[in-house]
Amino acid sequence: MTFIIQKTLVYSIPLLIVALAGMFAERSGIINLALEGEMIFGAFIGAVAVYLFQTGNILVEHPQIMYVVAMIIGAAAGAVYSLLLSFSAVKLKADQTIGGTALNMLSPALVNTLALTFFSQEKLVMPLSTNFVLKNEDAGEFLKIFIDKAYISTPIIIILFIVLSVWIYKTRTGMRMRACGEHPQAADSVGINVDKMRYLGTTISGALAGCGGYIYIATTAGGTAESTVAGMGFLALAIMIFGNWKPLGIALGAVMFGFLKCIGAVSSSIDLLKNLGLPMYFYNIIPYFVVLVVLAFTAKKSGCPKAEGIPYDKGMR
Amino acid sequence: MRNDKKITVSERTSAPMLNEQPKNGGINGFFAKEGTQSVLASLVCISAGLIIGFIVMLLISAFAERMSIADAFSGLAILVCGPFSSGSLNYITTNFGDMIFYAAPLILTGLSVAIAFKTGLFNIGAPGQFLMGTAGSLYVALSIDSRESGTGVAVWLLALLVGMICGMVWGAIPGLFKAFFGVNEVIVCIMTNWIAANLVSWFFSEKTNLINTGYGKSGYLITTEMTGNSTPKIGLDKVFSGSYIDSGIFIAAAVAVIIYIVLNKTIFGYELKACGNNRNAARYAGMNEKRNIILSMAIAGCLAALGGAVYYLNPGIEFAFSSAYSKLPDYGFNGIPVALLASNNPVGVIFSGIFLRYLGQGGDNLTSAGFNRYIADIIIALIIYFAGFSKLIRDLINKKRQMSMKKTKAAEDNSGAKKDREA
Repeated sequence: MTFIIQKTLVYSIPLLIVALAGMFAERSGIINLALEGEMIFGAFIGAVAVYLFQTGNILVEHPQIMYVVAMIIGAAAGAVYSLLLSFSAVKLKADQTIGGTALNMLSPALVNTLALTFFSQEKLVMPLSTNFVLKNEDAGEFLKIFIDKAYISTPIIIILFIVLSVWIYKTRTGMRMRACGEHPQAADSVGINVDKMRYLGTTISGALAGCGGYIYIATTAGGTAESTVAGMGFLALAIMIFGNWKPLGIALGAVMFGFLKCIGAVSSSIDLLKNLGLPMYFYNIIPYFVVLVVLAFTAKKSGCPKAEGIPYDKGMR
Repeated sequence: MRNDKKITVSERTSAPMLNEQPKNGGINGFFAKEGTQSVLASLVCISAGLIIGFIVMLLISAFAERMSIADAFSGLAILVCGPFSSGSLNYITTNFGDMIFYAAPLILTGLSVAIAFKTGLFNIGAPGQFLMGTAGSLYVALSIDSRESGTGVAVWLLALLVGMICGMVWGAIPGLFKAFFGVNEVIVCIMTNWIAANLVSWFFSEKTNLINTGYGKSGYLITTEMTGNSTPKIGLDKVFSGSYIDSGIFIAAAVAVIIYIVLNKTIFGYELKACGNNRNAARYAGMNEKRNIILSMAIAGCLAALGGAVYYLNPGIEFAFSSAYSKLPDYGFNGIPVALLASNNPVGVIFSGIFLRYLGQGGDNLTSAGFNRYIADIIIALIIYFAGFSKLIRDLINKKRQMSMKKTKAAEDNSGAKKDREA
């Protein structure tokens, strides 16, 4: 049981944080299609940080601190990368779909180029000599989920998720940001700097996506940073739409998706499922299929921010 | 349409300023045309992309070992020359033929994305539709052996048709979800992509008679060459010896022209575009917007699937079915930049598809200058990034044009006034 919950969380955590990243951008009025690109970039820079730490013999004694520092560096990389999007979308009022698509193409190309130039291969494998997995075998049943054979990123991201969700709903800046996604003209008329809010939303979004990308490669992808995160960014986007642009819905969607993915991953070790003799493709399809079916029944009421994707034009007031 | 209207308005406002000049004549009239401006904007984007790509190469050559600044210059030359940078004449023809071959599926997926854009839909599901088209057409073409019966062309046509139908059904799913359940098409496309990828891997993993069991092969299907149902080469392989080229490019070009005619000269095309511009207005005008959404996505799916069919029915291309489930085909996603660079104009898609492959071919030759081929991908991504500013660039062109017009007018007025005074 503990094992299944843990495995579910391992799959859910990157989705959770990246879907929240998408929400932050869209709530401020920018469609962040570049989540995938930001993930790839953040993951690669995070992996480079780990590589440098290990070759430079820094923090090797404290793998957990190294892990968290690399997470923060990945987040910073994602934030910087997302500035390309916010610059084009906010300052130059360019089409956000085009900008996002371009960034999704740019980051695999950059990662491949950098990896080939400096590491002579198309990927960067984080050395396994440093083990990031936590070990606390004598902890209580509940605590074990988070601190035994788990990653430190799991509790951190859960706390971060809650803090940020409260922040965007309850604080002044958070509410102002949401106003810019719903009706920027009205927000501007009461003295809110729409451009600044949109920059802020996209930058937070980029940071979360970069961090999520690093967590994804460090946990599920076996420590290999390459030019793809297997569509996790787009999946997170789907989870965000599924969650109706709300934190609670996103959490539900991410955990459900993680659980279904986990069932597929452990199907070969559960006798009941093993006896059915279904190929892994079947279990791979289930999560996507379930999301589609649920959407068909629930999508009528969309919580999509009204002004997302529309460049703010003062003259439209 | 909305864009046309804008032009007439601007023409009306600028007409008094032009006075004696004919409305569309002269150099100013040439720059006033929307088509000219799109092409100009695209050229600006391409140059900007190349310049920044060059800076990236300069940086790499400065930091990487065993490289000098001169490498960056030769790298730029290779990129700009595309397939012509590959040494001897023989290589150039091979390279050129390959460029044409790889461009055909790109054009088709580009058209798929473009027609959905015209209806206001973002077809990010092209990879899944591409895969379904691949599966449908390959299943037909590989199951029927026509090396002895000589029915190769007929089976090939049937394969294309089946592939297109598969893609059409697959593309219609997001359309149906959008029309009847109000689900955002992007999310359905993403889900159907991965479902398609797994279905295709699953389907072929059980068709053991289609799997290539040759020495050193694992996870590949047999090719259409082994069943004699491949795309006709109509002698092109003699001209471009050693390349993959086949008649696929003509299919792609013909389809692009058909889509152009449908979009611009038929009532159906008008309805599609009307739904894209303003769904509510279209419904108010009595158009069936649900039907149009579904049809638009179905056609988009059909086109992307045709891309997959055209690509894999080539005798030399093998389909790696066993890894299909883990990675979506690049051809699907690359349709998006092709459509964007052409501002969703179906005929423009032909040129943008070939152009992007031109750069890609140059990228493949980059290793001779010590760079990797992904530099070309960086440049393509940058070009698309700048393409987002194309409206800004167009506005700049217009501003320049109006300023120069004002200047000439002012100069004329001055000289006229002078003449009056002299008189």
